[in-house]
Amino acid sequence: MDTLRRLVLNPLGCAGLVLVAFWAVVALLAPVIAPPHAGHRDPYIIERVGFSSLPKPPSTEAVLGTTGGGYDIFYGIVWGSRTAFGVGLIVVGATALIGVLLGGLGAFAGGWIDSVVMRITDLFMSFPFLIAVIVMTVVLGKGIDKVILALVIFGWRQYARVMRSEVLSVKEREFVRAAESIGCGRFRIFFRHILPNAIFPVFVLATLDIGAIVLIAASLSFIGVGAEPGYADWGQMISFSRDWILGAVGDPFRYWYTYVYPSIAILTFVLGWTLLGDVLRDILDPRLKRSKK
Amino acid sequence: MVRYVIKRLLVLPLILLVLSALIFSLVMFLSPYERLAVFVPNADSVSANIPFDELVERYGLDRPFYVQYYEWLKQVLHGNLGWSPSARMPVARAIGRYFPATVELMLLGSVIVFAGGVFLGTKAAVRHNRLPDQFVRVGTIFGVSMPEFVFGLLLLVVFYGWLKWFPPGRLSMWAEDVVYLSNYRQYTGMNLVDSLINRRPDVFLDALRHLVLPAIAYSIGLLSTMVRMVRSALLETLQMDYVTTARAKGLAERIVTIRHARRNALRPVITLAGSIVAKMLGGAVIVETVFNYRGMGKFIVTAAQGLDFPAILGASLLIGVIIVVTNLIIDLLYMVIDPTVVLE
Repeated sequence: MDTLRRLVLNPLGCAGLVLVAFWAVVALLAPVIAPPHAGHRDPYIIERVGFSSLPKPPSTEAVLGTTGGGYDIFYGIVWGSRTAFGVGLIVVGATALIGVLLGGLGAFAGGWIDSVVMRITDLFMSFPFLIAVIVMTVVLGKGIDKVILALVIFGWRQYARVMRSEVLSVKEREFVRAAESIGCGRFRIFFRHILPNAIFPVFVLATLDIGAIVLIAASLSFIGVGAEPGYADWGQMISFSRDWILGAVGDPFRYWYTYVYPSIAILTFVLGWTLLGDVLRDILDPRLKRSKK
Repeated sequence: MVRYVIKRLLVLPLILLVLSALIFSLVMFLSPYERLAVFVPNADSVSANIPFDELVERYGLDRPFYVQYYEWLKQVLHGNLGWSPSARMPVARAIGRYFPATVELMLLGSVIVFAGGVFLGTKAAVRHNRLPDQFVRVGTIFGVSMPEFVFGLLLLVVFYGWLKWFPPGRLSMWAEDVVYLSNYRQYTGMNLVDSLINRRPDVFLDALRHLVLPAIAYSIGLLSTMVRMVRSALLETLQMDYVTTARAKGLAERIVTIRHARRNALRPVITLAGSIVAKMLGGAVIVETVFNYRGMGKFIVTAAQGLDFPAILGASLLIGVIIVVTNLIIDLLYMVIDPTVVLE
């Protein structure tokens, strides 16, 4: 509770909270804010207003205009927020869980188990995340579920690292020794005594990671190996706008709405999580406390 | 120390072996027919009327994993990475052509990241909690949150669409004619270097004009990370006793900051270099796509879109090797720079 209070009192933290809360409300109320037309089969496929290859400026029909191909920008942004939350939360939840268990149990067990886990982590680390995920999506195929799977396969490695170093330091502390001496089982020691005391850095990492993961997922859609065409995904909407960034002769900003709105959406979403994670780290890191005014 | 270096060097081939096996195992997800593309050295060398089954048998694609891996590795060590349908040339040649372009971009980008990072980070730390610091703090948060492709597109909209200062691509048409058609010789494949050796300042300027925007676009995130890192490291060092001693001796504040504090503060930053190389390779994929800059990143994207497995395999292998070797070099370098480092 104290953490939350300090988060709200910090101006940057408050801004982050507001941004994330805003997108959460948009995502939750998507069917109300941008109701799909009757007979529209999958609400996650962006509604089309006509099939004109030229983007159309904002009008009463499409509040924020349409991209080339008639995709409604407002509809895409509203439903895209669900995609962003879905990808971010599922991937971060799954990777954090895998990383915490692998890194934590490896460090707790020590010896060769720890070495093996760390060598595997190193191996996964020895590859640029984005490229690794692209390669995985090539093998797995197209679609948002495949993107999530690819992100999970390579995303756990940093959590394993962080968790390992935390557990290594916590398991030497007196209260763990005390628990051992009164005869607690190893299972109980790990889950009841070590884990709760080593988990905070993972929370900070996870908060920052949601923004980063959404960025990577959007990048994949942008280069055309992510979501299926037409799926409500901000990265894909920006990729739609690529053909229109030059505007028209004598009017370089004619199609501004095709890239400005999706860009703002993705930027504010990621910014919110970054601010939140940043402030959370300052609050939870006791070493930084004294240098704060 | 020598023992440590030797140990690391001996482990290196082992790591590369495991890495290549891991990368190759991806191909095993495919059917033998799809895998064929990885082995056929050149599409023209295969006459069209040989049935696929015969080819599968000829290349042993129905045999167990380790046999296929061994055969593949033998080919790779002979420099044969297969034929890339998306680039319409052998993968090895495509890498030879596109890799220098990416290296060029990465070099320019790392200059921006390191020079800018140290400069801005120092400014922010020295003027802690004052205007420059607040400015840097807010700026870097935006920098970290800004997707490379959004920032790249914004740069294109303003500097290409509107102002027409910096075009996308790698070279202008006329410069491409000079590079590929006249008696211009390519030494490194990097336009900035080759043009100077060939004494073509006009080509140099043209290449630079095409490099500016992509280099800025993919430096922005890393620059922000770097600035924050330098800032916090320097802030911590500035509170140390030896810095107070230096001040007490009456040294100028500038000397104290730059000579005494910053030198020590920058040591851990070197460990970042490895992850910077990795992030830049990843960033190149996005930025080269946005700016239509033909380098490794664009090559990988085109290959991924066209399900061009030989290209993906070859590029992954190259990148894996680069990262592993870079990490080794950084570890060794760090040992030389920081005598307090304890070796495993």
